[in-house]
Amino acid sequence: MSEALLVQEAGAAPVAAPASGARQFWLRLRAQRAAAVAAAVVLLLLLAALAAPLLAALAGQDPDTYHPDLVDSAAGGVPIGSFGGISADHWFGVEPQTGRDLFARVVYGARVSLGVAVAATVLQVAIGLVVGLAAALGNRWIDQVLSRITDINVALPLMVIALALLAIVPPSFPRPVLIALVIGGINWAGTSKIVRAQALALKSLDFVSAARLAGRGRWSIARRELLPSLAAPVITYAALLFPVNITVEAALSFLGVGIKPPTPSWGQMLTEADTWYQSAPTYLLIPAGLLFVTVLSLTVLGEGVRTALDPRAASRLRIGTGREERGERTKERAS
Amino acid sequence: MTGFLLRRLGGAVFVLLSLTVILYAVFYVAPGDVAQIACGPRCSPAQVAQVTEQLRLDDPVYTQYWHFLQGIVAGRDFSTGTGVEHCAAPCLGVSYQSDQQVMQLILTKLPVTGSLVIGAFALWILLGVGTGVLSAWRRGRITERVLTWLTLAGIATPVFVIGLLLIIIFCSTLQWLPSPTYVPFTEDPEQWAWGLLLPWVSLALIESAKYARLTRSSMLETLAEDHVRTFRAYGVGEPAIMRRHALRGAVAPVIALSALDFGSMFGGAVLTESLFGIPGIGRELVHAVKVVDLPVVVGMVLVTGFFVVLANAVADLLYALADRRVVLS
Repeated sequence: MSEALLVQEAGAAPVAAPASGARQFWLRLRAQRAAAVAAAVVLLLLLAALAAPLLAALAGQDPDTYHPDLVDSAAGGVPIGSFGGISADHWFGVEPQTGRDLFARVVYGARVSLGVAVAATVLQVAIGLVVGLAAALGNRWIDQVLSRITDINVALPLMVIALALLAIVPPSFPRPVLIALVIGGINWAGTSKIVRAQALALKSLDFVSAARLAGRGRWSIARRELLPSLAAPVITYAALLFPVNITVEAALSFLGVGIKPPTPSWGQMLTEADTWYQSAPTYLLIPAGLLFVTVLSLTVLGEGVRTALDPRAASRLRIGTGREERGERTKERAS
Repeated sequence: MTGFLLRRLGGAVFVLLSLTVILYAVFYVAPGDVAQIACGPRCSPAQVAQVTEQLRLDDPVYTQYWHFLQGIVAGRDFSTGTGVEHCAAPCLGVSYQSDQQVMQLILTKLPVTGSLVIGAFALWILLGVGTGVLSAWRRGRITERVLTWLTLAGIATPVFVIGLLLIIIFCSTLQWLPSPTYVPFTEDPEQWAWGLLLPWVSLALIESAKYARLTRSSMLETLAEDHVRTFRAYGVGEPAIMRRHALRGAVAPVIALSALDFGSMFGGAVLTESLFGIPGIGRELVHAVKVVDLPVVVGMVLVTGFFVVLANAVADLLYALADRRVVLS
């Protein structure tokens, strides 16, 4: 993406303000009602994903057991009962044809979706930080080489490359790990561009010059002086990347090249669901709805994080009254 | 300006060359048994040996890469077993599956993807910029809140989910539309438009959300600037401020984002094409990936990469042209 657009997207000030404390960040995030609700939903989803075996056990089900007695084989495998076979035993109903418990598959699917997205985001941030900092702090030559590598990275179309790579990697390689590696490895250029631009701007500031004159090494300056100020734009950008990564995993699985059965994944459920929507609409609506709620909450949370970390938005959020200033909201950038 | 263009062009050529090296290394060198892949899993060792000879796979890697690059720049000849076939530049190789030249395959698919992208593009610009302008104009009121939430919903919905829902609602439940099928424009323009209506709408609904956000935030940023306050103080009316100043601030970023999206969309409409069964570049790629047709995969990635690089350069240029504050360097 072109640099000007990227910087606008991350809401990064040309020169970052000193990082505010975690407590202040928390207060500013909480002051935005929508973001607070989104954070709660995200937390709930993460907990559900972590506790998937526990939740499935609580429901008395597991994601892999076939229940042929719960589907009508004469009608082509339609779940017996209304709403896709929803009952006290099967909270979300059962899968058409196999009769596997949908609730268990959905919570195990949450593990895959969120796990892959978390890993991919961490990878994107880590690569972006290292490359961006090295480019900003290294000599001209290093900067040239790394910036060209970043350009190449930008030219790799994510979906297309991911599809192509998934074709040649042997099936024995664990799929979730592979997908996280592919997304993280292809899509880090945005982070590194933001880090480089910010670090270059910071480098000319007095507190960095002071550290350099005090004889501190490059990496010590990077770690102790630059990183704290880079935290705000990087966290903001990561919060915006996270929901995108969820969508990419779902899309790859939807196309049938992502997570392979029997491992459950939301995207993969949707592939099969479109042949069943008339006889078992819940089979389509449940994974689609969850995907929607997850990405929506993460996006709202990302916006909230951006506003909370944006020094220019600070005065617009009246901390303490628990609500945003209404009326003229022109400078607040939670678009 | 000329210096900037030349540097940008040099950079683009360098990136594309590096892309060919990386793609060659990843797809032709790393798998190791290219002859087996080309021939298929049921080939006997003798047949594999024949394929190796035909594709000249026992040449050193750098010679093979050189031939690959030569093909792109100047064209090359392929042995088909019985004779020799010429593949004109830019030659991206020959499909393992259909023996068709990859460039020709892409060219036959390009109008299909083009139909999808151009129609959707017109829709999403109208919808996105319109929504953005409306919500910047009605800022702080209920209209803006509703539009902001609708935009967020658009961003949170994957294109295949909205597409599925549209098919279910309009084709199955209400039966207002026939199931989408692609008819070439040259055959029947009316059928072409009806067949592409749902794909256009799905793609446009999702994409326009991004544009609405960008338009709104750019306009609000301009509205908060001091010179706008001065105009207000001089008694310039709100409609004139919106039209002459705020909207102008949104032009540059919207044009830049359009160029980028347009570039990546030629390879990136994979999902829409797969869902609606539109026989374009994206669906062909998914097929090639599933049957491991290496030349088609590599060719399509390269062509998409080319469009992305081109779009990036165009985006930077348009940004600078539309916004005089940007200094080209």
